[in-house]
Amino acid sequence: MSLAFDKVPLQLTVNGKPCAVEVEPRTLLVELIREQLNLTGTHVGCDTTYCGACTVLLNGRNVKSCTVLAVQADGSDVRTVEGLATEGKLHPVQEAYAANHGLQCGFCTPGLLMSTVRLLEKHPKPSDQQIRKAIAGNTCRCTGYQNILKAIRAAAAAGK
Amino acid sequence: MNNQAPKPEKGTWVGQPLRRREEGRLVRGQGLFVEDYKLQGMLYLQFVRSPYAHARIDRVDVSKALTAPGVLAVLTGAEVAARVQPFIEIGPGAQGKVIDYPMATDKVRYQGEPVAAVVAESRNAAEDAAELVEVEYHALVPVLDAELALKNESLVHDQNGSNVVWHGNFEYGEVDKAFQEAANIVSIGRMHFHRFSSTPLENNGIIATWDPKKESIHFLSTNSFPAFAAQFLSPALGVGIDQIQMESRDIGGGFGIKITTYPQMAVCALASKQLGGRPVKWIETRTEHMLASAHGNERTFLDTRVALDKNGVITAIESRHIDDCGAYPRYEPLGCIIWAQVLPGAYRFRNYRVDFTQVVSNKCPVGPNRGYSRMQHLWFLERVIDICGHELGIPTDEMRLRNYIRTEEFPYTTPNGCIYDSGNYARMLEIAKGLVGWDGWKEKQKQARQEGRMLGLGIGSTLDSGTNNFGQARIINAFAPYSGQSKAANVKLDIYGEVVVSLGSVPQGQGHETTAAQVVAEVLRVPPDMIVVRPGFDTEHNVYTGHTGTYASQFAVTGLSAIHGAAEKLRAEIARLAAFVLKAKESELEFGVGKMGPEVRVKGTDRSINYWGLANLVNVNNAELPMDMADITLNCRYVYKAPFAVPDVEKKYGNLTLTYAAQLHIAVMEVDRETYQPKILAYAAVDDCGTKINPLIVEGQVHGATAHGIGAALMENCVYDPEGNMLTATFSDYTPITVMNMPDLACGGLETPSPFSYNGAKGMGEGGAAPLHTICAALQDALYSRKIIIHDSHNSGDSIFHALQGDSAKPAPAVHVERRA
Repeated sequence: MSLAFDKVPLQLTVNGKPCAVEVEPRTLLVELIREQLNLTGTHVGCDTTYCGACTVLLNGRNVKSCTVLAVQADGSDVRTVEGLATEGKLHPVQEAYAANHGLQCGFCTPGLLMSTVRLLEKHPKPSDQQIRKAIAGNTCRCTGYQNILKAIRAAAAAGK
Repeated sequence: MNNQAPKPEKGTWVGQPLRRREEGRLVRGQGLFVEDYKLQGMLYLQFVRSPYAHARIDRVDVSKALTAPGVLAVLTGAEVAARVQPFIEIGPGAQGKVIDYPMATDKVRYQGEPVAAVVAESRNAAEDAAELVEVEYHALVPVLDAELALKNESLVHDQNGSNVVWHGNFEYGEVDKAFQEAANIVSIGRMHFHRFSSTPLENNGIIATWDPKKESIHFLSTNSFPAFAAQFLSPALGVGIDQIQMESRDIGGGFGIKITTYPQMAVCALASKQLGGRPVKWIETRTEHMLASAHGNERTFLDTRVALDKNGVITAIESRHIDDCGAYPRYEPLGCIIWAQVLPGAYRFRNYRVDFTQVVSNKCPVGPNRGYSRMQHLWFLERVIDICGHELGIPTDEMRLRNYIRTEEFPYTTPNGCIYDSGNYARMLEIAKGLVGWDGWKEKQKQARQEGRMLGLGIGSTLDSGTNNFGQARIINAFAPYSGQSKAANVKLDIYGEVVVSLGSVPQGQGHETTAAQVVAEVLRVPPDMIVVRPGFDTEHNVYTGHTGTYASQFAVTGLSAIHGAAEKLRAEIARLAAFVLKAKESELEFGVGKMGPEVRVKGTDRSINYWGLANLVNVNNAELPMDMADITLNCRYVYKAPFAVPDVEKKYGNLTLTYAAQLHIAVMEVDRETYQPKILAYAAVDDCGTKINPLIVEGQVHGATAHGIGAALMENCVYDPEGNMLTATFSDYTPITVMNMPDLACGGLETPSPFSYNGAKGMGEGGAAPLHTICAALQDALYSRKIIIHDSHNSGDSIFHALQGDSAKPAPAVHVERRA
């Protein structure tokens, strides 16, 4: 069995920087991000689009990058957790998670941060139901979600 | 006497809800998880796994895989077996005959068991080539039910001659007399605690690098009990413990499930050795994790009889328990004794008899999942007390109050010699009732019942026994060379006076770096941000003992005691040195921070020396130091030894655990009349873990343990079909609890300091799986009037529907009350 496919050239913007890469057609967006671009903040937890540890923003929308082919992101704007802090200063959402103990092992956190950033960009003053729905696709095994909800409420309040 | 160590009670730093220092790197996505590592020349390993639960291996053909692009080696189970010794078994007798190799050799014993391993230049190449490995199986009858396993009609390990790997009788007090004198005897048929796993979000990962020159192996891994893993790997691989270097950095959750990864570690090490020492990386997929990492123990409870006096006070319990440990015992049969840490639960009964058996089955091997072995037993006791209350018409809160150990009875010696340190269960119940609004819900329940709604209130009283005495292994196997408990830590002043702490623990999100800094800051009277804590675990830091790992709810006691001890040693050395330099008595010194950083000064003067000056004197400028101070190293290692003795093996008697944190949860639940879905309407969680070192971290652990319990009670279940196929091998099928299923928690607390730890803390974090007991009790309350006995720890809309229809696959147990008074 030979799987020697021609590589596909892609151009995309990652955390504000343009980049040109070549990938195997089967490469997942998360593999491109982690393995080729060495942005290891985005994690893989389940492979079946359940846990959301791999969540990134693709053209502003939160997507699970384990379920997007890298070639689908050609020409797109990708934001990962590494793109949140600016000049060493935490993004308000990162600050809110850190201040409210909204994480323990930190494995799910990058994905949750991206879903939260998306939520607050769309709904700066989200209702509780909107908050819950926004992170319904992000599994956290450590926190029982209590402090994550608290962090998101705090981030929303800080953004007002 | 300012240079005396500060009092252990709440101080400047200890007891404060400090923000964790771990958060900074983790919210930036800068955690360092195993999967993130890339090493020069690194290769990737992919396992070929059995699709069968139980089958003979007739042929393994790796020829096609070997010629696939990028493939360097393919290892079969038989090849691996030729190069290693089987892993040691903890158990005696039948278990001692279990042959556990890192991969299957003659037959496969659970779905997902590795039969071959492909090593290639890339992960894709390894995955592709794994598809080319041909294996011929001859299917055998799978053993999937603990009670059927006892019949030995099909054997998991043929050479054992039996599926039983451990059996023991536990008897305390005067059981027969208590039954003779009982006013009421309640008999309860079969009950079952289901199989689940806390499934850390990061799967297991290993990078093994064999150094051919030194004949040593370096493991960077997610293993959370590396000292234990090394003791298994060393004889299997024929390598001395000192040549096994264990390192871990950030670990994406563990919950005990990451303790038993030594078989995979062995395969990676052999592959690296075979390939001249190139690093070999293995990253588990979620499906591999679900099929073949570890699950929690499944337990069946049979023939339970409960003796009670006329007031509903339990005087004796007898029962028969069968624990299913899956295909290979590995960490087992320790679970056959660990439940006995909490033998009477929160209750006062003195007479107890259980016939305890552990069997193997054709399911994934078990591992010590959060709440390990105690939660199964506590669930059993909570079902017993709850069912007895309902049967005897005693309200379930009153039933518990009548049976709780009284606060004035602490320290309380249990029938089997465990010493409960402190607690106040009745007060916790009161707090929880207040938080949940018990009386209000009782009123609403009356109304709901009139409307035909199924609404119930349930209580769960549980214990999280922490700091285990490994001497309990002797009760399982009198020759087991284990006992006690210890942890090591190191605190030093480095050359420029930096305070550096090396942890002997393996944190996976519990904030050890933060609490360690708090403790050292308290001793040296400097802010925690002036303390460097080395993250992660590394045997090269030399701060491990054979007990080193993160398990058994103990860091606040054992880990912090070690760190505290090392900090005290350093403080004493600093004081001696500073007294010499400052020409003062040690009693005249005080510790603190001056203009030149952390320092020691003579009280009421401007004479001081900072840490740089002190470290300089010892490390760089030591000709100025007199020879009688040559023993001062400013590099202090301390090993904490827990105050344990070896238990009495014959009587199965002794103190098995040092501290007993307690949880008291109350749930209000309603079963939907159309969908039969159980829904949580209100939830209160009260926790007592003694003195809190960092209340923020404690609260986080309470939340997390509660979510695991709620998920396990209502959603998460490792389901196997009759052929032994695991039906929940992805997250989409297993459905770990999400925010949509997680209720808001009303949390409260109580602090009864432990008299047995230097800081009054009790280990915590496992949480006793309190929600399982609580939710089952609430469902019992909702459904008792419909003649439903809650007899399984997992309840879903589906199972409740079938129970109400009377067509459950496993029917409810017969409950019988004999009233004799």
